Amino acid sequence: MSPVLSETGFVAVGAAADVPALEGRSVLVDGRRIAIFRLPDGWAATDAACPHRGGPLQDGIVADHCVTCPLHNRRFDLRTGRQDGGDDAVAVHEVFERDGMLWMRLA
Amino acid sequence: MFSTHGILVAGGGIAGQAVCEAVRARDPHVALTLVCAEAHKPYDRVRLGALLADGTSVEDLRLRPDEWYADRQITVLTSTRVVGADLDAGTVALSDGTVRHADRVVLCTGSDAFVPPLPGRELPGVVVFRDPADCAAMVARSAQIERAAVIGGGLLGLEAAHALAARGCATSVVHLVDRLMERQLDAPAAAMLAPAMEGLGVDVRLSHATQEIAADPDGRVAGLLFSDGTSLACQLVVVAVGIRPQVGLARTLGLAVERGIVVDDRLTTSHPRVLAVGECAQHRGTVHGIVAPIHDQALVAARTLTGADAAYAGSIPTAKLKVMGVDLVTAGAAEGEREVLAADATAQTYRKLVLGADGTVLGAVLLGDIRGAELLMDAVRTGTTTEDGLALLAEASQATAAELPDTAQVCNCNGVCKGAIVGAIREGGLGSTQEVVRVTRAGAGCGSCKPIVSELLALERAGAAEEPAYLCPCARQTREQLAAIVRDEDVRSVSALGEACGAGRACGACKPGLSYLLEERQAGRFRQERHAKFINDRVHANIQHDGTFSVVPRIRGGVVTADELRRFADVADKYELPMIKITGGQRIDLLGVTKEQLPAVWEDLGMPSGYAYSKAVRTVKTCVGTQFCRFGLGDAITVGIDLEEAMEGLHTPHKVKSAVAGCPRNCSEAYVKDIGLVAVEGGWEVYVGGASGATIRKGDLLATVATAAEGKRVALAFLQHYREEGDHLERTYGYLERVGLDAVQAAVLDPERMAALLERFAIARAACDPDPWRERSAPVHPKQFAELDSDAALDLVAPAEATR
Ligand code: SRM
Ligand SMILES: Cc1cc2nc3c(=O)[nH]c(=O)nc-3n(C[C@H](O)[C@H](O)[C@H](O)COP(=O)(O)OP(=O)(O)OC[C@H]3O[C@@H](n4cnc5c(N)ncnc54)[C@H](O)[C@@H]3O)c2cc1C
Ligand code: SF4
Ligand code: FES
Repeated sequence: MSPVLSETGFVAVGAAADVPALEGRSVLVDGRRIAIFRLPDGWAATDAACPHRGGPLQDGIVADHCVTCPLHNRRFDLRTGRQDGGDDAVAVHEVFERDGMLWMRLA
Repeated sequence: MFSTHGILVAGGGIAGQAVCEAVRARDPHVALTLVCAEAHKPYDRVRLGALLADGTSVEDLRLRPDEWYADRQITVLTSTRVVGADLDAGTVALSDGTVRHADRVVLCTGSDAFVPPLPGRELPGVVVFRDPADCAAMVARSAQIERAAVIGGGLLGLEAAHALAARGCATSVVHLVDRLMERQLDAPAAAMLAPAMEGLGVDVRLSHATQEIAADPDGRVAGLLFSDGTSLACQLVVVAVGIRPQVGLARTLGLAVERGIVVDDRLTTSHPRVLAVGECAQHRGTVHGIVAPIHDQALVAARTLTGADAAYAGSIPTAKLKVMGVDLVTAGAAEGEREVLAADATAQTYRKLVLGADGTVLGAVLLGDIRGAELLMDAVRTGTTTEDGLALLAEASQATAAELPDTAQVCNCNGVCKGAIVGAIREGGLGSTQEVVRVTRAGAGCGSCKPIVSELLALERAGAAEEPAYLCPCARQTREQLAAIVRDEDVRSVSALGEACGAGRACGACKPGLSYLLEERQAGRFRQERHAKFINDRVHANIQHDGTFSVVPRIRGGVVTADELRRFADVADKYELPMIKITGGQRIDLLGVTKEQLPAVWEDLGMPSGYAYSKAVRTVKTCVGTQFCRFGLGDAITVGIDLEEAMEGLHTPHKVKSAVAGCPRNCSEAYVKDIGLVAVEGGWEVYVGGASGATIRKGDLLATVATAAEGKRVALAFLQHYREEGDHLERTYGYLERVGLDAVQAAVLDPERMAALLERFAIARAACDPDPWRERSAPVHPKQFAELDSDAALDLVAPAEATR
């Protein structure tokens, strides 16, 4: 593993090509299910479970900067994790792509 | 100090709801329980009269949807009464036998309709006007009788009488006093109101003291007997003479009760942990019977409950008559020593101000011309003084919404002032009256203030026309505008549409609607994009509460083979599925399938997708028809399967459910389907716009035709018409209500237009995918049915290799 990345706590979680444009896919990291989204200008990662009732956020509809939970339509800003029009928030994690591989670090 | 066990609100009327809203706004955490004796969650009693008109249900009157309570963690119990409480122990006893903890109790028990002790008051056919059951009784009875009588010529009685008359039932209002609405109106205004009611077809009888309700030999209502010896034949009696606060529970709890439950300026009863709000409460000797004070009281009660200071100083009584065709508003005193008047007997208008000796505005009566009502109500409410009452009246009649002070209450039902409305319009960039009503709730009550809401909106929009309903509200694009862009620029995908005009980019909620629009307009040339679809349409199954999916294969006409049944059983065993269920749509549902299992489950089933997850053609239910039934007039099974095959695979604005019945006994429920074919003697009837879900509506008879083949043509032409004209997420029942049957008949039955519709239908049908489950062997993306780590061994490149 790349020493620089692993020392800074990043782990490789999968191939970037496995996440289609404007969709999300989840992966288990340290026992926590994380949703990773491919946005028009980069990547975003959040806890996969919606703070409302655990809906799978990776299955939500993704727009330029937000995802809408498929169960009851709560919408979260993928930059801040904050719910749009509500008080809930979802944890946001760091994620980036290098050489076709996705790397992430839990917040 | 109390906050561990929270607050329990007894009574889910407007008051109970207002208390919950006001408390939640101040404290997002305190435990809140709302106990409703009625079977419904809080609804808008003010609009109850709508149930006397056709097509409105209690659900339509709901103050808040279920999610509202769930989202705010408010526990709501319905069909449950509070029966007692141990106030010092902090427990409350409910009618279901359970006991709940609560440190504070708010009594919002409202009132009952008062029925005076008249002989005959118990007869069937004697009703009050207070809840949905009363309305249902009135509707049922008014259809079968010759005349209805309403006892009571107040606001409520007049509203009931007008609604009954509007249903085509001859109706009389019988009033004890010599003028209508004597509590709110002075004699001259009342004298103008009576003929106005007569003009709407209501027979008005003043100075009539009802002595007895007479019965016919079968023991049903036959008429009213009056004290002067005269009588009136009628078969329905609505008693609307007043209300009586519900104080039984308060008495049980040992609270101080007079006419209502006595409360102080903090809305606290004689027990410090119990408050009372609404029609059950008596404050400074007054029990209010209207909505506006409830909102004032609820705000004060919420402050008291959350430990803040507040005092309720009482409310000015106001009234608006909700009878179409009669404009009437009153506020405060109707009579006084100093009155200024502007009346026109010919125009039937009457405008009066009541002033105190020092020029304080004490009351207003406006009949026939209610311009400036908000300004005058505000003057009464704030105790404005004027030296020239006539000038104030004149000024009010010229006043536009622009001149109202920000504090003027525009919506008296929901207590919303002008400032709040304007603020919401600016802050939310609201563009249509409908949006403003939704956000601010001004106009969501009796609706009489909607014109002012529109006026305020128009002011904010500097005269620009209101915005229509948007398909993409973020980019402010209507369906028509988007369709024009699609056509003019030959747009072929949702992404391209987003690039062209921004639609679908900001929140994404409209992407499925955009996707449908493109598919419908561009048929075969449209490029599918999965990110524009709801998860159900990305994996062709319905997502469930735990993130698993359900699988419903196509079972045309509800007919299965033994071999198919065996495969269902085998698949359920093999994948250890938690449930196999017969659906309400004559099909079989396999529940609890994971996303990763979907392709294999479909493969083993070997049946096509039933599209049960999509806004698409769903089922065609059938009955056994002539093939087996002794009453059968048509071969429902064959016709149904044929119809399903013809339509399946097509996306639609909302789901489309159909049925074919072999005779009017309607065993397959064809009368309540989006499209229903019913065999009758000598032919087939085609019904459209039926529904039996959240809305129940019998379909409209679109056409009666000689053969099943013709029935199918009409059905398919209608389907295509709806595909082209229906709004996204508008079922056929909504569409028919919106445009009317005549318009649909004109568009579908005209031979030329029908031929054109059928041609476009054929193109769309040829372009659609009758079985997306074939993606099991040709996925649109390698991870279509997988997470990043669904099968680590196969798909994940080892991290070490990846970075080498
Ligand atoms: C499976 C089934 C219930 C059952 O176990 O029988 C069902 C299940 C659902 N119905 Fe239904 N409906 C089912 C028959 C019906 C029927 C009966 C019928 O079709 O004859 C109705 C009334 C008919 C009608 O629509 O007029 C019905 C009226 C609804 C409605 C109310 C629609 C309305 O506008 O009033 C909804 C909500 C909606 O569409 O927004 C709904 C929505 C749903 C959804 C899709 C809710 C959702 O979005 O997740 C449910 C999926 C549950 C799941 O986890 O899979 N379902 N639903 C039935 C599947 C029928 C099938 O074979 O395809
Ligand atoms: C047809 C009609 C038209 C009206 N039009 C207007 C109008 O245009 N403008 C206006 O301002 N006002 C109007 N009103 C009056 C207005 O509706 C009432 O003032 C208002 O609804 C009272 O609200 P509330 O919550 O205090 O009482 P209610 O609406 O009576 O609610 C009290 C609730 O508490 C429940 N309850 C009672 N005891 C218990 C218990 N022990 N445990 C649990 N639950 C209990 C009752 O079943 C009821 O559901 C109208 C009323 C009617 C009937
Ligand atoms: S009625 Fe339909 S939508 Fe409601 S819970 Fe049952 S299946 Fe789900
Ligand atoms: S679980 Fe996400 S909105 Fe309900």
